[in-house]
Amino acid sequence: GKMAEPVKLIGTLASPFVHRAAAALRLKGVPYELILEDLQSKSELLLKHNPIHQKVPVVLHGDRAICESLVIMEYIDEAFDGPPLLPTDPYDRATARFWAQFLEQKCSRPFWLAMWLDAGEEQKGFVKEMKENLALLEGQLQGKKFFGGDSIGYLDVAACGSAHWIYAFEEVTGVSLMGENEFPALRRWGKEYTENESVKECLPARVQLVALFSAMKDKYKMITNGMLHQKKNN
Amino acid sequence: TACTTQTQTQIDRDPKQPGAMAGEKGLVLLDFWVSPFGQRVRIALAEKGLPYEYAEEDLMAGKSDRLLRANPVHKKIPVLLHDGRPVNESLIILQYLEDAFPDAPALLPSDPYARAQARFWADYVDKKVYDCGSRLWKLKGEPQAQARAEMLDILKTLDGALGDKPFFGGDKFGFVDAAFAPFTAWFHSYERYGEFSLPEVAPKIAAWAKRCGERESVAKSLYSPDKVYDFIGLLKKKYGIE
Repeated sequence: GKMAEPVKLIGTLASPFVHRAAAALRLKGVPYELILEDLQSKSELLLKHNPIHQKVPVVLHGDRAICESLVIMEYIDEAFDGPPLLPTDPYDRATARFWAQFLEQKCSRPFWLAMWLDAGEEQKGFVKEMKENLALLEGQLQGKKFFGGDSIGYLDVAACGSAHWIYAFEEVTGVSLMGENEFPALRRWGKEYTENESVKECLPARVQLVALFSAMKDKYKMITNGMLHQKKNN
Repeated sequence: TACTTQTQTQIDRDPKQPGAMAGEKGLVLLDFWVSPFGQRVRIALAEKGLPYEYAEEDLMAGKSDRLLRANPVHKKIPVLLHDGRPVNESLIILQYLEDAFPDAPALLPSDPYARAQARFWADYVDKKVYDCGSRLWKLKGEPQAQARAEMLDILKTLDGALGDKPFFGGDKFGFVDAAFAPFTAWFHSYERYGEFSLPEVAPKIAAWAKRCGERESVAKSLYSPDKVYDFIGLLKKKYGIE
């Protein structure tokens, strides 16, 4: 049947979006082949299966291509048997989807600007904005082990950036978002997340990320300054 | 009939279901008359035959306490209140309706891959159409020309995705159709500001737009293209754009 068809994941080792797809597959118990992509020189395979966005991750299930990490996660949850990634209650599902979307809509831009802008009033403003966002996420944990309760799930995986990548960025830039005594629930959750058996197997080592981000410093700064001016012109 | 707060900008049509009471299914929709995001929800509720109370938020006058309490994070409409609990973000509301009312007609197909494709294209519409359209009427010169080129690309891409199917959902009006249909009232404005003709650029989308307009759920939820054009004029005045 369909479930038995081979699964391939086109991605990179460092991307948190690729990690979302990999973690979802592992948590669901679905074996897959990882096909590494060189984003500086995109393969025919990637361009064929994601012509619209030309980005990773892409999951190939038999002859079906699924793009966009959150769409991929919902597909994995629905196409395969295994422990549910999303909650079963409709309102809880809506809540999980809301906070996953919040990460993209409200967090990605201020995060980059907080990390990579030169120190100053504007950069301080983005740090403040990101801390407000982190406070909202902290509030969602409310003493639970994971966002959905006792078991790891969709929103934990979606929020992987806050569990792991954020610390690598902080180390490279020296910008502190998750201070020692700030956001204790998020810190504790981050540890639970990164120590999960399935997650560990597809999580890039922090030293690896630090090395990568250090090497990309100038490029990231350039991109970030471009982001800021683009928004101003709109 | 249910009670609503209506503003002077809500002109001809009363978008709520006739004779509907929030009490029956406990559904209240906080919305703004011309919002394509709110209209998605109105269309979905109509397609599913779910009665609800429509509550207009006069966004031109500011944001009410009720809205700020219901959506403190984004402070935006639409918000669907179900037995008092808020669900935010239009596409999340649509999926909530699928999950919470499984006996009502579904907008998403049952096959996981078809569902993934529907989510992908609804996400594409969400990421691209409104923002690009806004740049079309907000900007001038080179940035506007860029927005125009992007809009043509977006419409051609959607034209290709629709292909020869009557709807994005196939034979049936579905999730992507509900997500994109409200923008059919904005096409006229995009054409005027972008100086292009939709039937020339994306003929299948133009035909699809007519088809959608023939559905009661869409016809009852949308306002005329002229009203949308006038509304954009109002927004430009508000933002001090010439």
